[in-house]
Amino acid sequence: MNNLAKHDAQTTAGPRQVLVVEGLSRDFGGLRALNDLDVTINEGEIVALIGPNGAGKTTFFNCVTGIYTPTEGQIFLYDANGKKQLLNGKKPHIITSMGMARTFQNIRLFGDMTVLENVMIGRHCRTHAGIWGALTRNARTRREEQDTIDRSYALLETVNLAHLWNESARNLSYGAQRRLEIARALATEPRMLLLDEPAAGMNPHETQELEALVRDLRSRLKLSILLIEHDMGMVMSLSDRIYVMEYGSRIAYGTPEEVRSNPRVIQAYLGESDDA
Amino acid sequence: MMRPVSKAILASIWFMILTFPVMGIKLNTVEQTVEWQFDRIILLGVAIFFLSLLWNWCFSRKGRGLPLIALPSGMGATLGRLCSLPLRDSRSRAVSLTVLLLVMLVMPLVSSFYQTNIMILALLYVMLALGLNIAVGIAGQLVLGYVAFYAVGAYAYALLNQFFGLGFWACLPVGGLLAVLFGLALGFPVLRLRGDYLAIVTLGFGEIVRLTLLNWTSLTGGSGGIKNIPGPSFFGKQLSIEDNTIFIYYLVLLAVILTIVVITRLKNSRVGLALQALREDEIACEAMGIDLARVKLSAFALSSCWAGFAGVIFAAKSTFINPASFTFMESAMILSMVVLGGMGSIVGVVIAALILILAPEYLRAFSDYRMLIFGAIMVIMMIFRPQGLVTGERRKYRINALKGEQA
Amino acid sequence: MASAPFCPLRPGRTAAHKNGMDVQYFIELFFSGLTRGSIYALIALGYTLVYGIIELINFAHGEIYMLGAFTALLVAGVLGIMGFPAGGILVVAALAAIIWSAAYGFTLEKVAYKPLRGAPRLSPLISAIGMSIFLQNYVLLAQTSEYLPFPRLLPDMEFLDYIDNIMGPSDFLILVCSMLAMVALTLFIRYTKMGKAMRATAQNRKMALLLGINADRIISLTFIVGSALAALGGVLIASHMGQVNFSIGFLAGLKAFTAAVLGGIGSIPGAVVGGLVLGIAESFTTGYISGNYEDALAFALLIFILIFRPDGILGKAKVQKV
Repeated sequence: MNNLAKHDAQTTAGPRQVLVVEGLSRDFGGLRALNDLDVTINEGEIVALIGPNGAGKTTFFNCVTGIYTPTEGQIFLYDANGKKQLLNGKKPHIITSMGMARTFQNIRLFGDMTVLENVMIGRHCRTHAGIWGALTRNARTRREEQDTIDRSYALLETVNLAHLWNESARNLSYGAQRRLEIARALATEPRMLLLDEPAAGMNPHETQELEALVRDLRSRLKLSILLIEHDMGMVMSLSDRIYVMEYGSRIAYGTPEEVRSNPRVIQAYLGESDDA
Repeated sequence: MMRPVSKAILASIWFMILTFPVMGIKLNTVEQTVEWQFDRIILLGVAIFFLSLLWNWCFSRKGRGLPLIALPSGMGATLGRLCSLPLRDSRSRAVSLTVLLLVMLVMPLVSSFYQTNIMILALLYVMLALGLNIAVGIAGQLVLGYVAFYAVGAYAYALLNQFFGLGFWACLPVGGLLAVLFGLALGFPVLRLRGDYLAIVTLGFGEIVRLTLLNWTSLTGGSGGIKNIPGPSFFGKQLSIEDNTIFIYYLVLLAVILTIVVITRLKNSRVGLALQALREDEIACEAMGIDLARVKLSAFALSSCWAGFAGVIFAAKSTFINPASFTFMESAMILSMVVLGGMGSIVGVVIAALILILAPEYLRAFSDYRMLIFGAIMVIMMIFRPQGLVTGERRKYRINALKGEQA
Repeated sequence: MASAPFCPLRPGRTAAHKNGMDVQYFIELFFSGLTRGSIYALIALGYTLVYGIIELINFAHGEIYMLGAFTALLVAGVLGIMGFPAGGILVVAALAAIIWSAAYGFTLEKVAYKPLRGAPRLSPLISAIGMSIFLQNYVLLAQTSEYLPFPRLLPDMEFLDYIDNIMGPSDFLILVCSMLAMVALTLFIRYTKMGKAMRATAQNRKMALLLGINADRIISLTFIVGSALAALGGVLIASHMGQVNFSIGFLAGLKAFTAAVLGGIGSIPGAVVGGLVLGIAESFTTGYISGNYEDALAFALLIFILIFRPDGILGKAKVQKV
């Protein structure tokens, strides 16, 4: 960690960085799933990560959130004061409490719990009541609990699910479940939000709503958002920048226009049906 | 209509052949004769025929998403209203709880010594089942060696009393604490384990504890156990056996009430919510910032704590303990109470524990078949009603309508 | 759980030779461990096969083994009273045990596990524990809680006289039979169509389904094969120990499961290696330290492996999909 002390604070010149990934590789047995990836996300930016199935996008998310440990490379997250922090080797819950939140490609809600409770779980790392508080139910615990409930309900309003707050999460429609996952992730008060195929399984109307929601989150909460998505229409209209992956490597990056005209990208997607 | 019947006939023939050796042959090795028990086989065949029809019927209802038991219209509604009547509003709930409490309080004064003893046992199991429910029902960590913590509590009291002369009241917290320490000692190494491996490791742990108690003869007296464990003193005075039993009854009753209050509060807290999340999805838990290690250890500690308390009370109640009281079958019995009652449901587990202990005591016909029934309950519940008799009571929340403040 | 030692050293051997450095004593222990280990291996194969296909710890597998031993005892008893010759009785009893155990295994799967496909992971395990308790008590109620004597059926084998302090007829039979069974299983898995389908299903159930393999049939087959092997183990141990009881399945099952995990659950050679290693380790513990902690050794070993090397000696590490 000592060598990091040098470039602790960011220079104010240029956009403030939030997530910096340098030379990230991950092996599974003999297979290299991620190969020397460099990714940078700036504050308030919406960035898309695209690429054919099996390109390693979700593996990238899993490395960044601490579920997998990287084989090589470094991952940094800047905190609110602009201090650079190394994420390698940190446990997922620590990384979440540092300000990184995610949703899952194959929705992982707590199906037996209510919609509200799902979001309340997200508040876990921002609250403190312990076993003693639970048993005595002292004033502080009750205050904290009510605060958790109110904030969670407010988040449900943000994603337009407030009317379903007492429903079991498993009874929600597909699109609603994806939005609930976003609300749950937001409850952890992230600075960096990772969305893994948020529009998968949504109808065009829902996708439009989602797009508006993502924009709203960025502008209102100053969130940086990195999303994996296959819906090219949404990717092109939403993203500030795009990273393109194939076979674990970054093959292109840039603005939507740059990426769209990049010959390697066109080749990688040749034969792939383009939904856009 | 024909298909289920022919299926049932086939099933009944199959089972008659299958069970033929074990059910139909009885060897008399002394007189060198064979008793053929065809009557049993025929009886079994008939029973299987009807069971098979029932089985199919249950599946067809389950497949269509219908409840297994549907009362005739009108009757179902009336019954439902009748059942929920005592719980409808806070006043009638208070009235019914008071009545229940009064009945429980008067019980030892009007019933026989024997019945009081059975009731103590039943209440002890309620405590154990509620404790196990924290780990298995709420947090989803299948612990198969729960009885080890019960043994730790019981032996803690017995040994501390034998060697240091410590009394019941001093040992009660010590027993709980020791059980927690054992729970943590087991919990630490198994943090990374997947559910089914965890189950087996805890089973192995329970057996090791039992084998140690059995073989460490110099300390524990081996299979002979420890005798003459005193009951709890009542304001410094030892009571006669009858009074002692009644005293312990009230003690266990109090302990059970305390357990219910504590677990209810726990379940509805921030920690409880994390435990429930743990049951459903560990990876999502971590991604939500929950420290898995901490939450799992809490589950183990909280769960084993009650077994420790129950163990101390058990030792004081029976005045004699040996390793035979702490076999895997005990763990399995407690587990089947949790399974029957409903994972995570407090009311359900209490009812299930009472039924499973009291029914074999009062219905003599059951008592031989008790473990057979426990085993069958686990299978049948998993297949037809995995959520248990009573589905998890849902907590009510008060929503302060938004105050224009954002998270 | 009343438990007699699973597979004791033959009487009269331990005390006389107990002077540490004795080579012969070492060899005796080794072979006694090998005998016991091959029984573990036979049972462990059933755990491993089932786990390989449906990722279920078939907790009731030990009871299938017990049912095998019981069936053999009952059939042998009936035939003995009717006056059949000993050698013939053993063969018929063994066959009956294998057939009935296979049928029990098949039924067990249909009743207790098949309805739970796709249920949360712990549901079938709880069902399996329930089935284990149920089957134990079924035998207890239908028969007795006493240890029943298993008739002596083995002919004297003269060629064993030279090594009779190392290996008796029943040890010899156990080694030969279990070896044959394992070879047969390997050939079956490797070369028959059914065996190949089993391997394919174990590797990737969805893919196997797409290729037209009937998964239900393969699962049933797995239970039948596993149960038959366990039954063979049951007959061999019954004739070796000379007694049978309703509770023998629990401990044997757990130890065999330990063996399967030790070798790497899901791996067939692993189950064999694990069984032999466990058997020999137990035998040495009993012979050189004390018989009291023999069972505790197995459990400690089980916990140790699951925590530090859950993929066993021959297993491969798996990455969890997120």
